[in-house]
Formats: sequence, structure tokens, C-alpha cells
Amino acid sequence: MDPECSRLLPALCAVLVDPRQPVADDTCLEKLLDWFKTVTEAGPSLLLLQENPCLVELLFRVLKAHDPRPRVLSFSLRLAGLFAAQEDCFQYLQGDSSLFVASAAGQLLVHILALAMRGPAEGHPSPQGCDWPACAQKIVCHVEDSLRSTATLQVTQALNVLTTTFGHCHSPWTQGLWVRLSPLVACLLEKDPIPASHSLVDLLLSVARSPVGSSDCGLWETLAQTLSHLSPTQAGPLALGILKLQDCPQALKTQAFGVLLQPLACVLKAAAQAPGPPGFPEGATGDSITVDTFLSSKSACVGLLCQALAHLELLQLLPQRPSPWPQAPLLRAAVAILRFCHGSAAPTSDVGGHLCAVLAGCVRVQRAALDFLGTLSQGTGPQELVTQVFAVLLEYLTSPDSSPMVLKKAFQATLRWLLGSPKAPSCCDLDPHTQLFLGELLPVLRKRLCSPCWEARDSGLEFLTQVTRHWGGQAAFRHALLASEVPELTGQLLRDPESYVRASAVTATGQLSSWGLYATPTGPEHPEVQQESLFTELLHILSTDSEGFPRRAVMHVFTQWLKDGHADVAEDLEQFVARVLQAASQDLDWEVRAQGLELALVFLEQLLGQPGSRCPYAVALPEAAPPATLAQVLQALCRVQLFEFALRALFDCDRPVAQKSCDLLLFLKAKATPCGGPQEAGASPDVVSVEAALQRWQAGEQGQPLGELEPEAVMAVLRSMDLEGLRGMLAKSSDHMEKSPQSLLQDMLATVGVLGENEADCY
Amino acid sequence: MLDCGLDMTSTLNFLPLPLVQNPRLSNLPGWSLKDGNAFLDKELKECSGHVFVDSVPEFCLPETELIDLSTVDVILISNYHCMMALPYITEHTGFTGTVYATEPTVQIGRLLMEELVNFIERVPKAQSASLWKNKDTQRLLPSPLKDAVEVSTWRRCYTMQEVNSALSKIQLVGYSQKIELFGAVQVTPLSSGYALGSSNWIIQSHYEKVSYVSGSSLLTTHPQPMDQASLKNSDVLILTGLTQIPTANPDGMVGEFCSNLALTVRNGGNVLVPCYPSGVIYDLLECLYQYIDSAGLSSIPFYFISPVANSSLEFSQIFAEWLCHNKQTKVYLPEPPFPHAELIQTNKLKHYPSIHGDFSNDFRQPCVVFTGHPSLRFGDVVHFMELWGKSSLNTVIFTEPDFSYLEALAPYQPLAMKCIYCPIDTRLNFIQVSKLLKEVQPLHVVCPEQYTQPPPAQSHRVDLMIDCQPPAMSYRRAEVLALPFRRRYEKIEIMPELADSLVPMEIKPGISLATVSAVLHTKDNKHVLQPPPRPAQPTGGKKRKRPSDDIPDCKVLKPLLSGSIPVEQFVQTLEKHGFSDIKVEDTAKGHIVLLQEAETLIQIEEDSTHIICDNDEVLRVRLRDLVLKFLQKF
Repeated sequence: MDPECSRLLPALCAVLVDPRQPVADDTCLEKLLDWFKTVTEAGPSLLLLQENPCLVELLFRVLKAHDPRPRVLSFSLRLAGLFAAQEDCFQYLQGDSSLFVASAAGQLLVHILALAMRGPAEGHPSPQGCDWPACAQKIVCHVEDSLRSTATLQVTQALNVLTTTFGHCHSPWTQGLWVRLSPLVACLLEKDPIPASHSLVDLLLSVARSPVGSSDCGLWETLAQTLSHLSPTQAGPLALGILKLQDCPQALKTQAFGVLLQPLACVLKAAAQAPGPPGFPEGATGDSITVDTFLSSKSACVGLLCQALAHLELLQLLPQRPSPWPQAPLLRAAVAILRFCHGSAAPTSDVGGHLCAVLAGCVRVQRAALDFLGTLSQGTGPQELVTQVFAVLLEYLTSPDSSPMVLKKAFQATLRWLLGSPKAPSCCDLDPHTQLFLGELLPVLRKRLCSPCWEARDSGLEFLTQVTRHWGGQAAFRHALLASEVPELTGQLLRDPESYVRASAVTATGQLSSWGLYATPTGPEHPEVQQESLFTELLHILSTDSEGFPRRAVMHVFTQWLKDGHADVAEDLEQFVARVLQAASQDLDWEVRAQGLELALVFLEQLLGQPGSRCPYAVALPEAAPPATLAQVLQALCRVQLFEFALRALFDCDRPVAQKSCDLLLFLKAKATPCGGPQEAGASPDVVSVEAALQRWQAGEQGQPLGELEPEAVMAVLRSMDLEGLRGMLAKSSDHMEKSPQSLLQDMLATVGVLGENEADCY
Repeated sequence: MLDCGLDMTSTLNFLPLPLVQNPRLSNLPGWSLKDGNAFLDKELKECSGHVFVDSVPEFCLPETELIDLSTVDVILISNYHCMMALPYITEHTGFTGTVYATEPTVQIGRLLMEELVNFIERVPKAQSASLWKNKDTQRLLPSPLKDAVEVSTWRRCYTMQEVNSALSKIQLVGYSQKIELFGAVQVTPLSSGYALGSSNWIIQSHYEKVSYVSGSSLLTTHPQPMDQASLKNSDVLILTGLTQIPTANPDGMVGEFCSNLALTVRNGGNVLVPCYPSGVIYDLLECLYQYIDSAGLSSIPFYFISPVANSSLEFSQIFAEWLCHNKQTKVYLPEPPFPHAELIQTNKLKHYPSIHGDFSNDFRQPCVVFTGHPSLRFGDVVHFMELWGKSSLNTVIFTEPDFSYLEALAPYQPLAMKCIYCPIDTRLNFIQVSKLLKEVQPLHVVCPEQYTQPPPAQSHRVDLMIDCQPPAMSYRRAEVLALPFRRRYEKIEIMPELADSLVPMEIKPGISLATVSAVLHTKDNKHVLQPPPRPAQPTGGKKRKRPSDDIPDCKVLKPLLSGSIPVEQFVQTLEKHGFSDIKVEDTAKGHIVLLQEAETLIQIEEDSTHIICDNDEVLRVRLRDLVLKFLQKF
């Protein structure tokens, strides 16, 4: 510990034990603990305590206080734990009203139990515990008492302690512990309502994941019993947890999957006009408890449906998801839910009527169902169902009642289904169904791009960008898009009053243009005029737009164009780069400047070859470009004023910009140096003036330009600069000063007014 | 009478009134019966596969058969759309009462009436059709004429003179103003949030409260927000004027409106918006004000054509106190509360009284035209339908929910122009109603039958009906409904000097009684207890009594009794006093004590005791005194 901190520490400890002083907030105390952790890891704790007796005093006084403040108590307990991790000398404290204290005490109990069971009791102690150390006995008895308690809070705490135990301790004794406690846990299931059901689920899953799970200790029976005892909403998380387990009996998995499917089975049943195709596997047929939950209240119904959809969505993505996966009934259920929400379902049953009333216009369920439907696009389905999916998506995209968020989700789901749809077998173009759908979709997209609601315009543009990125080369898509007026509208939105929309329009036009799909009414006779005009328009946005988002978007588009070798960029590459860098260098937004460096790097790579290509198996990769080429490259870099841009960025007040510039210059230096490069320029007048300018820039005077640069002078300057050192310095976070423990201690003392002259005010 | 709206859907059965000579409409074939009988061919014409009445359009009046409107004392108006039948009632039924309405309601109502009169009067039509209304004839007509109700009561439009006379009978009121009606009830208008000056009404006595909620909105548009708090504690809440399109969310519809407008104009087409000259148009213009720049429509002219366009735009700016808070604060800046002022200033919005005159010089296409009438049967809109109907580039966007757009379009078919239906109805939907009812908790809700069941076309949408406890009482046309409360109490004032003279006696903790002798004076439904006149001084008795002295003499007051008689104890007392052979019988209301020997009955009930004995006054008095022992006197 540095002396300054040692000096501040007594005052801080005094503040912490003084009940009259306000205590710093939890974050400060957490930071303080983090710091102590690093200090104790760095050296012997005993020495630390000897050198700073105030710490022992603090622990002593807090533990003896009649009414310690929860935060300080929690802090002190954890601090004590840090210092004396091996000593099992703490009384446990549970049941404190403060969550922090209860949690800390719970953790402490677990650690003590684990420590106590280590050593003598290692191995397989008897479940009765007669051979357990006294300390462990005491703790387990306490947990048992708590589990028997009628107070939910106490049960919760006991369950939490056990959850932590099984989560952290994987020694054989935990098996004994479970054998001993599981009857008590099972007893909880007999109560109505089941107390602390959340914590119970956590515990059971924690046990199932621990080594106890792999041995048969009646755990699977308990899990099965719990699944059937909990309400549908409570059982959902447990079911998902069970399905995530690596190895558990198939019957239990089937039961758990059934629990997750119940709500959707209910919906399917309620939506059915007539007995339909086979639905979900057995065990998921829409039981009466789920129906009761649906009917009990709107919030219960919505909550259960959203939970089921979210769980199934998660499950679908897992490798251990149930197989066979009931794709078709799930699709049908998702479509049915969306129709209920939209009011377009015509149910015949009472439950259906109720669902219709509850779900009509419910945005929460709509969002969950659209997300789920999107995930289902990973699988296939019978064509008739896929047609229904597209129909319901189109309904949502068309409906004026779709809220902006729902519309966005509908676009996202549509995109996923479109991209997942099969290609026509004969050629690589889109299949006829997709083409048909596109014909209906594009007019809707066109209308959404004209929406007065900016979120709608924005999601429309995002969708367009994505779909073009994937299908820009598909003839059917190109044909439909060009006939749809959508590209023109997209161009129009470059002047949208909302900056997010402008940014999305920039990205979309950039993407359209990359595929030759951006055209204004002047038509295809003069495509070069079009591209020129889009470049000019985007450059105009980059130099004049008052908001950062559109300008950043422009830089991304330009970088992409450069990477892709966009035909019109390639035509006059140097002029393109020069104009973009010039505009970016004056930008007030650091992300734009950083993206400018990204673009500069792409340019450099194209001239010099990839950086960092040090693959040991690569055959004879040239370490640097041939000198003749290098000279030309450097000339070109000077012409586009890349050096001035990069050097200016090196002293940028925003660290990421400076870092990026530093990397770029180091890359350049590495490429140029091995070959000796052009002749050493020594201390030529050019170099002197450049260095003088750089010094002024470093001092913050960035007004003066560098003027015409000679490649030799630049290389000389680069060689003379300690770029590696600069990189090291920049790597440290800018708040490394503010993050120091000294600063933390000062801050905490300052907030309670112990530091400095304020004391004089105490008169 | 609560409101007097005019059913204008009747006009849909009539041919449009073209502003300029229209060969298509003037050369339609007459309609003849299946057997070839052509006696109706002057009155009925076939147009676009439908049959229309070729006559001055007529309107369906409020029910007049059920009550004699001359007996109506007061009409309460809730908003300017709900007063369009006023001239028919005030001028032709013998009505002599008072009409109450807020100032913007009257002013904008006047504009609507003026526009209506103007639209119809400026295209004089000599012909008036009546043959088809004959009940026997009507049966033979094709739908929808066959099914039109009460056609015999349909009337032509009123005149401006009648409008003025009707409006002169209106008394202006302000929100929360309490108006005494004959001392019987107090009525108070409250902001309903739907339109400028729109009101809900509270009708209350001292002990009962009835709320009339009609045409209310909880959305933030231009008018003052709805006053919900004052509706609390109602015995009965009469609920009407809910949204006509419960499935169309106004925000979504405005979005549709804007997108379709932009797409049409962008392709070089014109947009026609049939509308009323006040109301939603203000919100649409405000929305377009924000939208046109983003949609690149700054150069597109917007035309508002109505005989009252100018007044409507100007009126909206001067009723600051009736506007929502945001708009009110603008007035203090000072700025016009509505942005259409700026649209006019920058020449983006132009308004004209009609298509004749200046408009024809300024007219530029593509453009957007707002004009009436939304029924498409009269007004300048007829001209634009004929002008633009043949091109698929143009679009007509229906925003007013009052008319079926398909019926409105019927005489213009076949139509090439695009038709978009974006009804914007900001009135309460069923979700909002349910929240409102939970908030104000009336004891009973009374509403039209239609609101208590899902719409016929969407019978599964049980969310599209009023759901409240106890279930709403519903009524249908011409049904007489007894409201579920009775006036049990009246408030009576006691004059101070009389109150001074009272001597209350506490008979139970917290309950005191006093006897009062007074004269109850009732006038204008107000009741006052005044001290009784002093007994006339004996002045010798010779003078002849004046009539004013002829008042009932105040007799010596007997004490009032209270308490109950415990039968067992009473019997014991009787026995103590020498009565024997006593029998007690229980009856439904109490007991009968039978003194068999004395052939006497004592009937004891909760609120009376009778001693029945034949001609033995001594015995009766003895028994009476025994009874009195058990009772308190004061």
C-alpha cells in the first residue's frame, strides 16, 4: 500500500464506524473492496494489518456495535473474509433486513461450511452428520430449521445458501448434504402456495448441475414432482433449466418440454376451428391449469405467454434442444398468437374468445411472438404453413395499428424468413413463393418509407439494407425493387428531418449503390452520373450534416465502397480518398475521425498488402512492398494528404482516434523501414518544420496545416517518433489517474467532509 | 333533451348535387318497376347500378313521435356535431325552452350549419320527390331505399334564417359553470376532450347525480383534456358517442393518411380529402405541417375549400381558453396556437369559399384538396370527384367516420381513382371506456344497445363492447327506460330563527331529535321551513277575521313517543295490575296480547300499538298508560 493511502486510511475507517457520519454509497464500498483484494493478493495480509491497525479496529468496532449499519457491516464482513480467508472464526449472521448483509452472510456461511467440511470430513460423511465438524453441524441445523420455518423469508435464505453451496462446492460431501436435506425440500412442495418458489427452482437446478445430479439421489423424482406442483408460470424457468441439463432422464425432459409447450398448446386449441393436423407431443395438450391461468387475468395470461415464447426461443437455439422439434405446431401457434393479437383470429371456443379480448393489441405479446417466429425461420415447415407465416407478417407490416416497435420486429422476422426461404431448384434465383411475396411486400415497404412516424421509416430502411445486402445480386429481387419506386424514396430520405433516418438512408443508398440499384429518374443511360451524384450527396452530408449519426454512416459506406472496389470509387481512387479524408479530418465527432483512419488503413492495405499477416505457415510472404512500389505508395499517400490526417489524429483529444492513428503509422513504419526506404532525410529543413508543427499540435495548437509534404521527410519524422511508447501510453485508460485507490479514498472522505479546510466550519 | 343530432346518412340515398352542369348525372335513366311501370322514373334514377332519389337531399330528424317536443324545457348540447337538428326542433315543434351550449360549440356549429345550407342552396333543385316515400311504393324499391327508416319524416335542409333563429335560443355556458334548472336540478358542462368546446354534462340534485358522457376523447389533440374527476360518484352515467371505428387507432390512421397522401402526390396525382370544415382537419393540417418537409412535399399546394373555410381557420385560433394546455401557452408568447397559420402565411395552405372565383386562377396540380361534404352528395367535393375520378393517379382519402365510404362512392362508380379509408375518430374506444368506468365508478351505466355486444361483423371480438359491473343498462331506438334510481330525499332549508328555537334531545349517542312546528314553503322546487305565524292575538273577537289570519291553529302538542315494548315485561306488568288469562300471539309484524276476560286486544307492532276494546274507555286509558310506561316521551 502506498504511503499516501496509508495516511488516508485511518480517517476513512473512523468515518465508517462513526454512526453520525453519512456512509459513502455502495459503489464506493465495492470499489474499496476491489482495491483491498488487489492489495491482499499482492502481499501478506498480516503485514498489512500490522501496518494499518485502523483496519483491525474497524472490524472490531463494527462487529461489536449494537446497531451496525447494514452497508458497513456487509463491507466489514467481506473485508474480514478477505483478510482471514483461512480462519473459521466468524459467527454467522443471517436474517438481516438488508439484502446486502443477508447475501454476504449467506456466502460467508457457504464458505465456512466448505472450509469446515474440508480435511477431516473429506470423503463421504454420513448424511446424518454425526461425523461432521461441529461448525458444519451448526450451520446445517440452522438451514434445516429455516427450511421448516413458516416464514417465507427464512425459507428463501436457506434455499439461497444451499443454492450457493451446490453451485460452488463439488466435493463428495455435498451428496450427503442433499440426502439429508432433500426430504425437507420435498416437504416445501406439499405447501400451498409453495413458499419461495423462485429460490426453490434455483436450488434444484443448482443441485442438478452439480455432481449430485449425476448420481441418482432421488433428484430426478423431486424435479418431476416440482414440475407438476408449481404453477405454469413458476414451472417455466425450471423446465428450461432441466432442458439445458446435459444428462437427465428422457422422461423428465419430455415432461419439462411439455410444460414449456403447454401455453402454446392452449392457444392452438383455442384457435382451432376444427380438429386440425397433429399438434404437440403428448403431455402438452393444453391442460386445465394453464387454461385457468389464461383466464385468471390479463397480466397472468400475457406473462405466461411471453415467458413461454421467450423460453422456447432460447431453447430452439441450443444444441441440446428436444428432438424431434415440433416445428409445425410451433409455427401454427406463433401464427395463431399473432392473429389473436391482431384481432384477425375468429375463435369458436370460450377460451379463444377470452384470448382474443385479452391479446387484442397487446404489444408485449406481439413483440415476443414476432421474435419467436423469427427464430423459427431456422427450421422449415410445410409450404402451406410458411404461406401463413408470410401472410401474418404481411398483415403486421401493413397494419396501421402496428406500433413502431412491433413493426421493427415484424421487419426483422420477415427478413429472417425471406433469407431462410429456399432457392428455386432449377436456377439460383428466388423461388416463386418468395417472388410473389416480394411483389406484395415492396408496396408496403414503400408506404412505410413515407410514414410520418420516423421509427417506421427507419425500420423500413434497415430492412431494405439487409435484404439488399443478401439479395442484391438476385435478378428477381433486382427486377422487383427497381420497379417499386423504393430506391427513389430511399434517396429522398437522405434529407429526412430525423437524423437516425438520414443515417439509415445513407447506409441503404450505399448498399443499393454497391449493387447498382440506386438510380434516380435520369435512368440507366448515364449510370456514372448517378454514382457521382450519390457520392457528392453523401460527401455533402459528411461535410454539412449537423448530427453525428448520418456522418458516421457516410464514413462506413465510403469504407465499404473502398473495400468492395466500388466501380466509381476505383475510377479515381486518390481523389475519392483525398476528399473523404479532408471532410473527415474536420469533423467534430471522434467516431467519424476514427472511421476516417479506418478508411485510410483500408487504402494503405490496398496499396501495401494486409497488416499482421505473420502466419508461420505462409510461404514466402514479402515482409514489405518492393522499394520502388513503396516510393510510389508514399507519393500517393502524400497526394491524398493521408499523413497530415494521420499525424493530426495522433494528437487527437479523443484517445481511440489517437490509438488508431498510432496503429496505422506503426503499420506504415513497419512496412517502410525494413527496406531502408527512401534515403534518410536527416535534419533537412522539411523535417524540422514538420517536427515543429507536430510539437505545436501536441501542445493543442492544431490550426496550422503541414503543407506540402515530401515522403522522405515524413518517413524521417516517423522514424524519429517513439510511436511504440505512445501506443503504450495510449493503451492506459484515460481515467487511470481517477481510478487510483488514492483518488477513491480522497473522494470518499471528501463526501463526508473530513478532508481539508471544511473542518473549520464545525464551529 | 340531451343533444339533437341530425342523421345525415339519409342523404346517401340521393343523387349528388353537381356544382357545374354535369352531363353524366343529368342524363341518367329513370327507374321503373319490374313490371315496367315507370311512374317513379322522374323521382328515381339509375346510376352506377344503384337507384338514387333525384331530389334535394333530405335529412332524418330526431324522434318526434315519442314525446311532444313543445314540452321540452331544456336542451343540453355536447358538441357541434350534435346540434345539427336544432333548427328543426326550435322552429317547427312549438319548442319554447332554452338550449345550453358552450361558445365554440355554437360558433362552430353555426359554421357547419351555414356550410350545409350553402352547399344545398347554391345548387337549387326544383324537384322534390315524395311519391317514393309512400309505404306501399317503398316496399317495391331496391335496397337500400327499401330499408330506409322513417322516410316520411325526412325533411329538406333548413334555411339560414331558421339557423339564426335557432341559435338565438342558445344560452352560452362555460366549463364547470353551474346552471340551476327550475330549482329542480343543477346542470354543469365539463370538458370532454373531443372537440373545441365539446362537453359532457352533469345533471344533479342534492342527493342524485346523473352524468351524460357523449363524444369524449382521452387522446391529446387540440381541445382541452377531458375532465374525468368531476364524473365521479354518479348514480347513473349515460354513455354515448363512442368511436364509430373501434378497431382503427387514430394514430395509425393519421400515419396511413400521410403515407398515402405522399405516395399519390409523389407520382403526380392529386389527393381529395372529403371533410367537415372543423375538427379533425385542424389535427390533420398540424400533422401535415410537421410531415411535408420530411416527405419532400414542401412545394405541393394544399387547398381548403369551404364557404366557411376562412372563419373556421380563424375561429380555431381565437378560442384559446378552450384549447389544450400546449396550445394555450402559445397564445401568451404570443404565437398562433395552431400551425396552420404558418402554412397560410407561407402560401402552402390556401383557402377559398368555393371552386368558383380565385381558386380557378390559383389551382395547380398535383395538389391536396380538403373540402366538404363527407357524404359526397353536395358541396365542392362533388366537382372534384367528377374531375379526378377517372385517373388512377389520384386518390380520395376518407377521414370522417360518419359515412360508409363505399355507399358514399356508389354514384361515382366505376372509379379509377384510388380510395383510401382512414377514418380518424378520436372518441373513446372500449379500452378507454373500461378505464374511465373503473376510474369514475358510477353505480349504473346506461348506453345504446350496440355498445353491449360485439360489432355484428366481428362477433368474436368481445373486447369491442362495454364490460362493466353491474352490466350496463341498454336502450334501443324509441325505447323508454326507467333510470335505476329514485329521488328519495329533498333538501329542506330551515330559517335561522326557526333553527334557534329547536331543542334537540339525544335519543341515541349521536342521534338527536327535535320536534319542529313550522310552515313548509315550497317555490321553484326549493323547500324552506319557516317559523309558524304567531297565534292571532285575541282582539276582542268582534272583528271579522281577515283571510290572511285564516291559518290552522297550533294545537297543544302531544309528546312524541319512541322506543319499543318488550312483550314479556309488558305481560308481567299487566299481570301485576290484575289482568289474568293473558295470551300472546306472534304475528308477522309483532305480537297480539289478548286479554281474554276483558275481551280486549293489544296489537304491538314495530311502528304502532293499538288497543282494541269495546266501549270501555276506562280500561283503554288504563292499558294506554301501562303501554306508555315503556316508551320515551319528548
